[in-house]
Amino acid sequence: MTIVVIGLGNDLRRDDGIGPTVARAVAPKVGPDVQTVASGGDPVALLELWAGADLTVIVDAVICDPPRPGVVHRLTPAELDAMRAGMFSTHGISLNDAVRLGAVLDRLPRRMVILAVEIADLDDGRGLSPAVGRAVDAVVSAVLSEIGAPSERVV
Amino acid sequence: MAPRSRELVVRALARVEGEGRVDVTVREGRAERVELNIYEPPRFFESFLRGRHFLEPPDITSRICGICPVAYQVSACNAIEQACELELDGAVMDLRRLLYCGEWIASHVLHIYFLHAPDFLGLPDTVALAQRERQAVERGLALKKAGNAILDAIGGRPIHPVNVRIGGFYRVPTKAELVSLSDQLRSALDHAVATVEWVSSFAFPNVELEHDLLALHHDSRYAIEDGEIWSSTGLHCTADEFPDHMVEHQVPYSTALHAELDGRRYLTGPLARYSLNSCQLGGAAADAAAAVGLGGQCRNPFRSIVVRAVEVVYAVEEALRIIDRYQRPARPFTAGPPIRTVGHGVSEAPRGLLYHRYEFDPTGLIRAATIIPPTSQNQAAIEHDLRRTVDANLTLADNELTALCERTIRNYDPCISCATHFLTLTIDGR
Repeated sequence: MTIVVIGLGNDLRRDDGIGPTVARAVAPKVGPDVQTVASGGDPVALLELWAGADLTVIVDAVICDPPRPGVVHRLTPAELDAMRAGMFSTHGISLNDAVRLGAVLDRLPRRMVILAVEIADLDDGRGLSPAVGRAVDAVVSAVLSEIGAPSERVV
Repeated sequence: MAPRSRELVVRALARVEGEGRVDVTVREGRAERVELNIYEPPRFFESFLRGRHFLEPPDITSRICGICPVAYQVSACNAIEQACELELDGAVMDLRRLLYCGEWIASHVLHIYFLHAPDFLGLPDTVALAQRERQAVERGLALKKAGNAILDAIGGRPIHPVNVRIGGFYRVPTKAELVSLSDQLRSALDHAVATVEWVSSFAFPNVELEHDLLALHHDSRYAIEDGEIWSSTGLHCTADEFPDHMVEHQVPYSTALHAELDGRRYLTGPLARYSLNSCQLGGAAADAAAAVGLGGQCRNPFRSIVVRAVEVVYAVEEALRIIDRYQRPARPFTAGPPIRTVGHGVSEAPRGLLYHRYEFDPTGLIRAATIIPPTSQNQAAIEHDLRRTVDANLTLADNELTALCERTIRNYDPCISCATHFLTLTIDGR
């Protein structure tokens, strides 16, 4: 079984770094059959990464109104497509469009789960806001749970 | 009939590559006001570059754009290497050109297949394009991947490469590492030629620009990573002399600065490069351009998609040529501190000429930085084109006129190009 964990986002835009942060935290906790990638969202790279995989877990940032920073939404691609109007992406071509393109070109994983983390701060600079930073461990556990790895105890 | 006014607004957008907004107000049958305000981030970069070490600008300025980071790195290197009076080894210069070819391929292909082509086919986006012409989008993906592979091999990663430094590279690839790209590039060359044929079959509105054209020119090659600044009016100048000719000034209807060349509106980018330097393309690029009847010059902004496709052919073929002659240089970079207090550098970003200027203190820290990206240089030309487009098409329904304005903007591939679907149009006074 091939599994790809993709953390989408930009570490230099504060909370948009939640995806890459989680991907890096997951990497040492999984076996060699799980590929973990921090990605800026290049659609060609995404299609390459997930095409043919058995499972792809994507961690991305979302802005919701009203905001509840740190809250995690578990979405299927169909649910992502349905709620796209309310989602924000700093990536040139949205995750949803990359998924739709993958569907047309037969370049999707067998199963895809999106963990969308509500964020608050998109300013320039490094570092997550406190509420989003506190959510990192829970999102890492959620990723490990999705891929069937033993969940780390959150201390 | 009552006086009629219409207002078109592209709302402010937060994106990594830039922020933009367009306002067009039509009153009594003519475009009264056209404001395009885009690509402000370099202004902030200029400020926070002050006080930084002279080795830092390639890594800092590459963050200005996720689509053309190599352009920012190379213009920064050119400016600082001039101040340091560094001579780069020939193979190192070749690698820089190869890296830049990778960026041209990736950036142009992204614009052609993901942003521009759907406009000509009446489709909303690439997904719809893939549904109708799957083979075309597969071709685009393969080409983009080839461009990314070059960026990855030389730059260390496809986005915001980390291997570029003042004087060269931190590490230079082995011959075998580059040769491993050759098969992928050879099939990319076929895809690139097919792309020229495909885009030239689109229907193009008959528009000719009268702006002055500005591009780099190099005596021995199609200018990409360096060259002298040439214009269609006969100006020839060095990067150092550019500020004497290019003046940014305030206009009454916009907060953004407008660039003029010797007091005249001008355009930089693929149309300018091609019109000034097409005789230097040679090989498959020249053949592809001739086969679709592009001619020696192109001043139709809609046909810029064909010019970009021809430049992709050139970049792929040039990459193969560089790999073929590559011998790994003995040293990956040359080093030395700033000797002059000021350095100027230019290169041809996918969207046009990108100028950097740095001023140093005696310890090698940056005192002042100036960055003039192509999109802000093209701002006046884009506004002029928008104004003419609106004036000439007032009989169109609002949604059609809005779409035409979006297309007009997208012809120039500004960094907000993928955001222009947000154009909205309101009417009052009907």
